[in-house]
Amino acid sequence: MSEVQNFKVTIDNITVEVAPGTTILNAARAIGGEVAPPAMCYYSKLKDSGGKCRTCLVEVSKGSEKDPRPMPKLVASCRTTVMDGMEVKNITSEKVLDARKGIVEMLLINHPLDCPVCDQAGECDLQNLSYEHGSEKTRYEFKRRTFEKEDIGPYIQLHMTRCIMCFRCVYTADQLTDKREHGILERGDHAQISTLLGKSLDHDFIGNVIDVCPVGALTDKTFRFKNRVWFAKPVDAHRDCPTCKGKVRLWMRGEEVFRVTARKDQWGEVEDFICNDCRFHKKETKDWVIEGPSVVDRRSVIAQGHYQGKVGMVKEQPRLIDQVIGKAPKLLMDIHSISDVNRPDVDLSQIEGPAHSDDFEHNK
Amino acid sequence: MQKLTNRSVAVNRSPMTLAERAYLPALAKGLRITLGHIFKKKVTISYPEQKRPFSPVFRGLHILNRDEEGRENCTACGLCALACPAEAITMEAAERKPGEEHLYREEKYAAKYEINMLRCIFCGFCEEACPKDAIYLTETVMPSNYNRQSFIYKKEDLLIPHPQKQEGK
Repeated sequence: MSEVQNFKVTIDNITVEVAPGTTILNAARAIGGEVAPPAMCYYSKLKDSGGKCRTCLVEVSKGSEKDPRPMPKLVASCRTTVMDGMEVKNITSEKVLDARKGIVEMLLINHPLDCPVCDQAGECDLQNLSYEHGSEKTRYEFKRRTFEKEDIGPYIQLHMTRCIMCFRCVYTADQLTDKREHGILERGDHAQISTLLGKSLDHDFIGNVIDVCPVGALTDKTFRFKNRVWFAKPVDAHRDCPTCKGKVRLWMRGEEVFRVTARKDQWGEVEDFICNDCRFHKKETKDWVIEGPSVVDRRSVIAQGHYQGKVGMVKEQPRLIDQVIGKAPKLLMDIHSISDVNRPDVDLSQIEGPAHSDDFEHNK
Repeated sequence: MQKLTNRSVAVNRSPMTLAERAYLPALAKGLRITLGHIFKKKVTISYPEQKRPFSPVFRGLHILNRDEEGRENCTACGLCALACPAEAITMEAAERKPGEEHLYREEKYAAKYEINMLRCIFCGFCEEACPKDAIYLTETVMPSNYNRQSFIYKKEDLLIPHPQKQEGK
């Protein structure tokens, strides 16, 4: 019998059969839902990622069928492969929940918590994680590690202060581009992501480091401060791109394309890496074939605008008031003639970087 | 049919008695009630001269706060607009340029901030949502006006006066 026998694993009392060599994290993801441990550094599309952040710690209460002893310590589920008959406790184990709370506290030690300013807020893994598992207060009393914000390349902004050292961007740059130019400098508490001697990142696929970043350390400079993600309308779209597959998610407001990202699956991982041309240069509706509103998790803040739906769904057109009364309604006040916000002459999505005071001034 | 309450009374349609037809007794009865109310405690006050005390939780007109150095607190995080059930708040953010540090507290600020007071229901959720102590609802009653345009409050209308410039006056 040359066929490989599948392993039976029980995670939180749910049994699943997976191929040998699968990690506990991926077995839990096969079950799905809350059983899957959160992961800040593991990324299924990046080889060798994982094992850094320790958020995916689980308790192995039974090692395997042959050796039923429990593992002495909590193990990182993204790095531990399953054994036949293994029993794993994730959310059913108090030890795990307690450890995870400690991990969140550790991750937040040097995090500036500048979510009101950060562009990642609303789709930030660390925000979600600390909301679910963290405590409200910090016990840390010392000075937090701070860095100057850094421009790496014309399109990517690096906020090293927000970094949690997950190494995802390093693996992305290493595995997607042929010549890696950024990495970790220094060691231990002094470790930081940077480019060698302030070199700028310039590669067709380097923009993907923005998508893989679980926090707001690497953000899109063309979208910087322009809109909050939850006020943007996520729309799936595609275009004929010579370098990538061209399947993206547009973040629109009205007819303006504010941001282009790769499509993310339910684990927050990109489906296809997209090229810089799609991400940074195609900021007009006519560049794209729009498929329909993206599916957004109901519990996500991005769902607040009720834009989500099934891809390809055609929405019923609302019956407007002029069809009901048979003439154009007489408005007592047209808000667009008075409001300063969203002026047609200030096209925020077309400004290269973040808007500044002079972008608003000249049209007063 | 079963009655819902026992307070309902059938309309009396019998012919009026002599006393009722005379009309004057009913008039006197009505005047007695009117006169009785003259000597009772008044429920109204003469408003602009007299004012009723405000409830400590009264929520009136919004202000945008500054810190001690007069820098704007708002960073245009959008949480007030997110919390707003009436969708009255809109804003546009901008990045602080070097040299503007005395104007804005953080690197991001609200270049445009607008509250549509025609939509606002004064629920105070914006104040509750604000992480930067930037928006507050004061005890000022929202002033009325003749045209709708003046109910769109821009950032300049909402910002409190500069603390240091005020002292210098």
